[in-house]
Amino acid sequence: MEGVLVIAEAQAGDAPISEATLKTLAVAQKIGGAALDVLWVGSDLAPLLARAQALAKVRTFLTFDDPRLAHPTATLVAGLVAERARRYAHVLMPGTSYGRDVLPRLAGLLKTPMVSDVLEVMGARTFKRGIYAGNIHTVVTVPDGMPVLLTVRLASWQAVAPGAGGGIPVEPCPIPETLPETARFVALAVDPSDRPDLQSARRVVSGGRALGSRENFALLERLAERLHAAIGASRAAVDAGYAPNDLQVGQTGKIIAPELYLAFGISGAIQHLTGIRDARTIVAVNKDPEAPIFKVADIGLVGDLFEVIPELLAELDRQGAEP
Amino acid sequence: MKILVAVKRVIDYSVRVRLKPDRSGVVTDGVKLSINPFDEIALEEALRIRERGEASEVVVATVGPRDVQTQLRSALAMGADRAIHIESTDPVEPLSVAHVLHALVLEIEPGLVILGKQAIDDDLGQTGPMLAALWGRPQATFVSKLTLKDGVALAVREVDHGLETLALDLPLVVTTDLRLNTPRFIKMPDIMKARQKPIVTRPFASFGLDLPGLVLERLEGPPERKSGIRVESVAALVTQLRERGVV
Ligand SMILES: Cc1cc2nc3c(=O)[nH]c(=O)nc-3n(C[C@H](O)[C@H](O)[C@H](O)COP(=O)(O)OP(=O)(O)OC[C@H]3O[C@@H](n4cnc5c(N)ncnc54)[C@H](O)[C@@H]3O)c2cc1C
Ligand SMILES: Nc1ncnc2c1ncn2[C@@H]1O[C@H](COP(=O)(O)O)[C@@H](O)[C@H]1O
Repeated sequence: MEGVLVIAEAQAGDAPISEATLKTLAVAQKIGGAALDVLWVGSDLAPLLARAQALAKVRTFLTFDDPRLAHPTATLVAGLVAERARRYAHVLMPGTSYGRDVLPRLAGLLKTPMVSDVLEVMGARTFKRGIYAGNIHTVVTVPDGMPVLLTVRLASWQAVAPGAGGGIPVEPCPIPETLPETARFVALAVDPSDRPDLQSARRVVSGGRALGSRENFALLERLAERLHAAIGASRAAVDAGYAPNDLQVGQTGKIIAPELYLAFGISGAIQHLTGIRDARTIVAVNKDPEAPIFKVADIGLVGDLFEVIPELLAELDRQGAEP
Repeated sequence: MKILVAVKRVIDYSVRVRLKPDRSGVVTDGVKLSINPFDEIALEEALRIRERGEASEVVVATVGPRDVQTQLRSALAMGADRAIHIESTDPVEPLSVAHVLHALVLEIEPGLVILGKQAIDDDLGQTGPMLAALWGRPQATFVSKLTLKDGVALAVREVDHGLETLALDLPLVVTTDLRLNTPRFIKMPDIMKARQKPIVTRPFASFGLDLPGLVLERLEGPPERKSGIRVESVAALVTQLRERGVV
C-alpha cells in the first residue's frame, strides 16, 4: 500500500474537468505521498483524458472506460475499483452525491473505516471535520496499518489550477465481461437552468419560505441575473415546491462558500447556516429583526423582501455596481 | 417480506449543541434526545410499505446505551412490530454498526433495510453503504421516492444535479432523504399498545467485533464569524457591498 488514489467525479467526456475533482486533487497534493494516480469511471473517456493531461503532478490515469458505465451506480463502481483501490495508502473522493455514495461502499468492501467531509489536512493520517451540522469540529487520526479513505468537503478547498502537465500515461483497467446488474440506471432528471452552478458560483442569491410561491421565487431570478449569481433555497422553500431540490443549501443540501451570499426571507436555522458558514460576505434581508440569520450576517437589513429586491436592482445600477 | 430499519438516537435537531468546558465531549445533561430525523423517515416509509400490504413485519434495531429504550418505545408506538437493542455504553462507529446490522440481516432475512442518509450528530453518512457492501446487495442512497413491484425497487435519488432514478433488485439497502415522507405523529393509544411489543436486548460484545476505529484527537468549537453590521437602507447596503468589493 503506497501512494494516493483520487477517484474522479463521474462525468461525460465532453465536459470540462469537474471542479469537485480539481478540489480533491488539491487535498491529494496536500497529503503528498509517493505518487498520485487518478481513476476515472465512465464511457468514452478519451476527450476528457486529453484535457486532463494539463494536470500537474499526476503519475498515471487509470480508467474503467465502457459504454455500460455511462451512468455508473455506486453498487457497480465500488466493486469494480476495489481491487485497484486496495493497493493505495490513501483513496480520496469528492464530497459530491457520487463520492458520498461510492466511497462508504468501498470502505465496506475493504472493511476499513473512513473519514467523511474533510475540511482540513493536519497530517497524512490526521484530518479535521465537522460534526453536529458543523457546530463542532473534530480532529481524527486513521491508525497505521489501514488505508486512509476520505471524502473532501468541497466548500473548504480551492481547485488546483491546471499546470504544465502532459505525458501522463493512461492505463485501462480490465472490465469483466458481465457486470453485476442488481442496480440499474433508469433516468436522470436535470432541472434546466442556465444559471451558474450553485456549488462553484462566486455569488449566490437565496430565498426562503417567505417567497410564498414558485412565481414569487422567480423574483430572485432577475437579481441573480444582474449579479451573475447562482440561485439557492432553504429547505422550507424546496419542500413547498418553490425551487428544485438541487438548489437546497444546508446540512442536507449543498455546502457552499461563495464570495457573496444574499439571503432573502430565510430565518437562519442551524441546518441552513451549516451550508453557508464559509461564505465570505453574508447579507440577510428579513422583516423580523430578531431572526437568527442576523447573528451570522455580515450585513443585515430589516425589511420586506418584496420591497427590497426591486430597490436593490435599481440601486445596483445607480451606484454602478459591477455585473 | 420483512423490513429492517436502523434507528440511532441523537441530540434533537432543535438543540444548539455546545462543547463541554474541558472539550471532552458535548453537553448532553438535560438535553433533549430523539430518533435521528432521517431514521424516523426510514421507519415511516417501512410502515407505509407494510400498510400497503407489501411487507409483513417491520423490525427496528439500534446500537446504543441502556436508556435508548425510550426511543425504541417511540419507534414501537409509531408502529414498528418489534425492536432489537444492541446495548453498548460507548459510541460505536459506522463500520461496527454496519457489521452488527449485517449479522441481524442474516438472521432476519429482510427484503429491505432502510437507514437514514446520515446521522445528524456525526454527519458521516457511511453506515448504509457499508452495510450494503458487507451484505453484497445493491444500494440506493438519498432516496426521495420509493416504489416496490415484483421484487424490484424503483428509487428516486436526490443527486447534485437533479433527480436520478434507479431500478434495483431486492433485497437492498435504502438510505432516506428528508423529502421521502413526513413521519406520523404518535397518538396516546399507540403509546399504550407499544408497551406490549417486544424489545430484545443483546450486548454489543456478543457480536465479537474488535474493529480498529479512528482515533479522536480533540474537539474544537468552529471558528466564530465575527458579528456584522446592520444597515438602514438599500442604498447603504449597496454602498457596503461596493466597499467590500463584492459587487
Ligand atoms: C435533519 C434536518 C435537516 C435540515 N436540513 C436543512 C437544510 O439543508 N437546509 C435548510 O435550509 N433547512 C434544513 N432544515 C430545515 C430547517 O430547520 C428550517 O426549517 C428551514 O431552514 C427554514 O426555512 P426558512 O428559513 O425558509 O423558513 P422559516 O424558518 O419559516 O423562515 C422564513 C423567514 O422569512 C421571514 N419573512 C417572512 N416574510 C418576509 C418578507 N416579506 N420579507 C422578508 N422576510 C420575510 C420571516 O421573518 C422568517 O424569518 C433541516 C431540518 C432538519 C430537521
Ligand atoms: N448506533 C446506531 N444504531 C442504529 N442505527 C445506526 C447507528 N448509527 C448509524 N445508524 C444508521 O445509519 C444511518 C447513517 O448513520 P451515519 O453513517 O453515522 O451517518 C443512520 O441514519 C441510522 O439509520
